[in-house]
Amino acid sequence: MASADHRRPDGSARVVVTGLGAVTPAGGDVEQTLATVLAARPAAAPITTWDTEGHPVTFAAAVADVDPAGLIDAREARRMDRASRLGLVAAEEALGRAGLLDPDVVLDRGRVAVAIGTGVGGILTLEDQIETRVTRGVHRVSPLLIPMMMANATSGLVALRHGFRGAAFSVATACASGTNAIGEAADLIRAGRADVAVAGGTEASITPTAMAAFARMAALSTRNDDPAAASRPFDRDRDGFVMGEGAGVLVLESAEHAARRGATVLGEVAGYGATCDAHHITAPDPDGTGAVACMRQALADAGFEPAAIGHVNAHGTSTPLNDAAESAATAKVFGADGPPVTSTKGVTGHLVGAAGAVEAVLGLRCAAAGTVPPVANLTETDVEAPVDLVAGEVRRIATAPVLSNSFGFGGHNASLVLVPA
Amino acid sequence: MNRTDIVDAVYDACVEILKVDKADLSEATAFADDLDADSLALVEVVMELEERFDLRIPEDELEGVATIGAAADLVAGHLAAA
Repeated sequence: MASADHRRPDGSARVVVTGLGAVTPAGGDVEQTLATVLAARPAAAPITTWDTEGHPVTFAAAVADVDPAGLIDAREARRMDRASRLGLVAAEEALGRAGLLDPDVVLDRGRVAVAIGTGVGGILTLEDQIETRVTRGVHRVSPLLIPMMMANATSGLVALRHGFRGAAFSVATACASGTNAIGEAADLIRAGRADVAVAGGTEASITPTAMAAFARMAALSTRNDDPAAASRPFDRDRDGFVMGEGAGVLVLESAEHAARRGATVLGEVAGYGATCDAHHITAPDPDGTGAVACMRQALADAGFEPAAIGHVNAHGTSTPLNDAAESAATAKVFGADGPPVTSTKGVTGHLVGAAGAVEAVLGLRCAAAGTVPPVANLTETDVEAPVDLVAGEVRRIATAPVLSNSFGFGGHNASLVLVPA
Repeated sequence: MNRTDIVDAVYDACVEILKVDKADLSEATAFADDLDADSLALVEVVMELEERFDLRIPEDELEGVATIGAAADLVAGHLAAA
């Protein structure tokens, strides 16, 4: 039975979080990742999986072991891109935490949606198969290339593995993909089109060509001699982002559905904002107009004044342009006495299409615990806007909602307001 | 190239692609029913054999190739014609 507190003021379903999962350069699950982030231990290291000779950038933040528990058997694994394996493992953790892997669980699988975003999908496989075609001929191209590289592969595979037959799709908004996927999935539940949604993002784009291309854009840090110091969001000496990889997944559920099955509620997706800069295909609007509108939209969607936010998990990529524009936009939204602002990318690197999902996971956990992680490597900022950047050590705050931002090439802005239970 | 070598090569391709135990395979082993292999997996198995024997087997000839024995016949036919 739907009680009043299962509904939003507009009558739509409230969306709660009942499961969290993450596989990141900072750890193989949520707990390990969170511990590394709170300790501010950067995960970046020299690339060892391919020959970096001649590359302008020779390091990244890689996942050490994609599937340590062996959830995916060898035969399945060779038919999946690394991005899909990461997504599947993160989804398994989130579903397990939500109690939805229990064989006795009562679940209408036709009402379970899957929305796993990605920036570029199976680019490792694509790159490998292009090389195969060029060096060995067209007849050596794998019949599995298309199902492995397609951006929707991970959503399809999660649905297939668990028999989820609701809407399943990917969201591709570059570095905002994970955040947009969570927001769009929440909207499905609000609209009554799904009871449960497995939502998040995945990415595995540490490839020779992708690294060369991002380096060509001057988007990457070139601190090859000191990878651990390279990702330094908001720091004066930042020189670009550090390519990361990984996956983050949340199990979202209508409040009514979660209550009916007695699920443990971890928090709520209270607000979602999505805008586009329409300014430049890669550079953020220096005025931050789109980002400001996006954050305000998310706050309004949650019915919150800015003062309700306990901390901000910034996009904070460690690029000169993003961090300057984002801090200005954040100050515009929150004023001079805004909440503490952190970026977890100093530790994890930039997980591209997975970034927003991993940061939603971390943001919600930190909001619940009242612990804001320090920005790794932030020693002195050149940011002029009055934002309260957390540096040095964990900041203790009262349990309060978090605002998590993601901005992507294409001008995409996405923000979530997550309220801890 | 005798038939035993060809069948053995099909076994090896199945072990590589389908991660099955070689000891469980025979000429009567069916790709779909016994090994749960779909059409994409069969294409991959045949690609392994093309590589091994330096052959080119058109995809439309895979239609109706249901068993390891049938795959060996297909390869043997192309080797004889080569």
